[in-house]
Amino acid sequence: MSGPSSYEPKTAIERWLDVRLPIVRFGVDLMDFPTPKNLNYWWTFGGILAFCLIEQIVTGIILGMHYNASGDGAFNSVQAIMREVNYGWLIRYIHANGASMFFVAVYIHMFRGVYYGSYKAPRELLWLIGCAIYLTMMATAFMGYVLPWGQMSFWGAKVITNLFGALPVIGPSLTTWLWGGFTVDAPTLNRFYSLHYLLPFVIAGLVGLHIWALHVPGNSNPTGVNVKDKSDTVPFHPYYTVKDGFAVSVFVIMFALFVFFMPEALGHVDNNIPANPLVTPAHIVPEWYFLPYYAILRAVPDKLTGVLLMGAAIACIFALPWLDTSRVRSMRYRPQAKLYFFIFVFDCLLLGLCGAHEPDEPFIRGVSGFMLGDSNINSYVWVSRVAAFYYFAYFVLITPILGLRETPLPAPESISSPVLSHPAAAHSGAVAAPEKKG
Amino acid sequence: MLRKLLALAGLFALAGAPAALAETTQAPLRDVSWSFNGLGMYDQEQLQRGLKVYTEVCSQCHSLNLVAFHDLGDPGGPLYDPKYAANPNDNPRVKAFATSWSRQVPDIDADTGDPIHRPATTADVPTPPFPNEAAARASNGGALPPDMSLLAAAREGGPAYIYSLITSYAPTPASIKSPPPGKYYNPIFPGDLSSMASDPDHVPVGGFIGMPPPLGDKDCKVTFDDGTPCTKDQEAKDIAAFLNWASDPHMEQRKQLGFSVLIYLSVFTLLLYASYRQIWRNVAH
Repeated sequence: MSGPSSYEPKTAIERWLDVRLPIVRFGVDLMDFPTPKNLNYWWTFGGILAFCLIEQIVTGIILGMHYNASGDGAFNSVQAIMREVNYGWLIRYIHANGASMFFVAVYIHMFRGVYYGSYKAPRELLWLIGCAIYLTMMATAFMGYVLPWGQMSFWGAKVITNLFGALPVIGPSLTTWLWGGFTVDAPTLNRFYSLHYLLPFVIAGLVGLHIWALHVPGNSNPTGVNVKDKSDTVPFHPYYTVKDGFAVSVFVIMFALFVFFMPEALGHVDNNIPANPLVTPAHIVPEWYFLPYYAILRAVPDKLTGVLLMGAAIACIFALPWLDTSRVRSMRYRPQAKLYFFIFVFDCLLLGLCGAHEPDEPFIRGVSGFMLGDSNINSYVWVSRVAAFYYFAYFVLITPILGLRETPLPAPESISSPVLSHPAAAHSGAVAAPEKKG
Repeated sequence: MLRKLLALAGLFALAGAPAALAETTQAPLRDVSWSFNGLGMYDQEQLQRGLKVYTEVCSQCHSLNLVAFHDLGDPGGPLYDPKYAANPNDNPRVKAFATSWSRQVPDIDADTGDPIHRPATTADVPTPPFPNEAAARASNGGALPPDMSLLAAAREGGPAYIYSLITSYAPTPASIKSPPPGKYYNPIFPGDLSSMASDPDHVPVGGFIGMPPPLGDKDCKVTFDDGTPCTKDQEAKDIAAFLNWASDPHMEQRKQLGFSVLIYLSVFTLLLYASYRQIWRNVAH
């Protein structure tokens, strides 16, 4: 995609092709791409995500052959897939759990990017494209969850589309336009199916751009130090194809445990009841990967503010390259930043926990607490307020200020220098326990 | 304050009453162990007993619209026979069960176009007890008996919930002033009795359900073909197991395939790890 090409066409057909459509050159350069040799296992999630996308598209296309996107037929067609289609249960459970696996991988991939400063110049655009992929993934996953047309599908769609109604002036007409009617109904289902089929290919296009933007500056690495010369890198193939392949395989084992032995663990029982606009489920909860945003949304008692905060929570991720003032890329050499980062990871998990509970539920059972403002201090709504405050503070206060004030540790001269001085590298040429390093 | 939160919930179209106002309660589910727990498989005799309970008791009010007769003869199903593994439609027990279904299938005479009723074939689903929802409600005091095909998957606790519910009917607690007419108190049925209780600090758990105790007053409603002594508890366990099968008919195939997949993946992963060590052996990293 960029950089000098080492490819020499050897056969006549390759030479003929190379001046017309250099597709062999493209493939060879992709495989030979010089990649820092110190990438650790956190870097394998890019490959894992590529696997997830392909797996979701393949299973999704097969499901689409049997699915009937109509208000009357959707629920039963999904059940026909589960019961009558040969291995339909397998395809559907892979697809349904695959969405969760996709988000597990993308969150780890994003946290890795934050920890190692992968978004810093010259990789801002790479980061932005990644954020666009994440946003498209969220839209795709949300619309996919609506398709089985169970109770949680229907009411989830209702809650989320209603959020747009909070926008001033355009809100009501926007929701009507989204619904294709005056409430969530069969037309909504049809258009969601159409978009759910479209968006994964948009994601695939964005992934192409993401990889292109990656191949211009090349990979970052755990030290954050730029590649100096050839001794710092290895060709992508076979070094990283085999390492990523191993990581994908471990990931698939975890995936298979869900698909075969607890396929409904990440779902909700109410979605096994057909959609019914007249009966509201007792607790409407989104899928686990949306719970932190759901907690931020419900943290404030005003709908528009909640919606804006939720949008701002995502906007902060986009803006990160310009919020971070530190010149040191990797947090390995930023002890204070590291501490705030781990609190941030914990904070995101805490927000997720808050999103799964009713706002009024006591956070610590058996403790009565006292009223503070509109709610009891010992309630999930107050915990989500504190957690949401830290979430935003991390982006708009801690990250900009810390970068200017902290004293970072000295970073190594080159990628190779910390490797060569590493105790494991000292005793022999063979590498002992490479997975512990990086 | 609280009203603000309620308004918020309402705005989000959480039309169901929020937790602070209406906390649904239910008694803890009864402890029961199933053959299909964890890595286990279905007990075919239990499924057959459960099928009999469904046929003779539940099917009077509850449909089973997603389970065709031939599904009963699939691997793991109550009427499975390895001789007819390729095509359960040929299984004589499945055929006999379909044709003997108490309600015939409403159909159209192909020659005259007249509405007729014909015996069920293995491709049909059991003809439901009521022709439509309105008829079902009219016959059940306004309540709608849910379709049972996915009941075990659609309730928190699954088969344990079904077993507990039908064995836990109790007399209406004394603190309930005016119990709803034609409904039955059940501590397992999720409900909110705070508005009915005389003492707001001692609200009984559970709720009122439209279904009368389905297994009746006597010890037993059905006679099991395999000679298992019939008790109410046995019937409850067996129907819960059968309904779990109806919700998850390919569970046995899923778990069996899961084992093979995990063995394959483990070997594959080890090979990849060995290749990784081999390829990287001369690179300090």
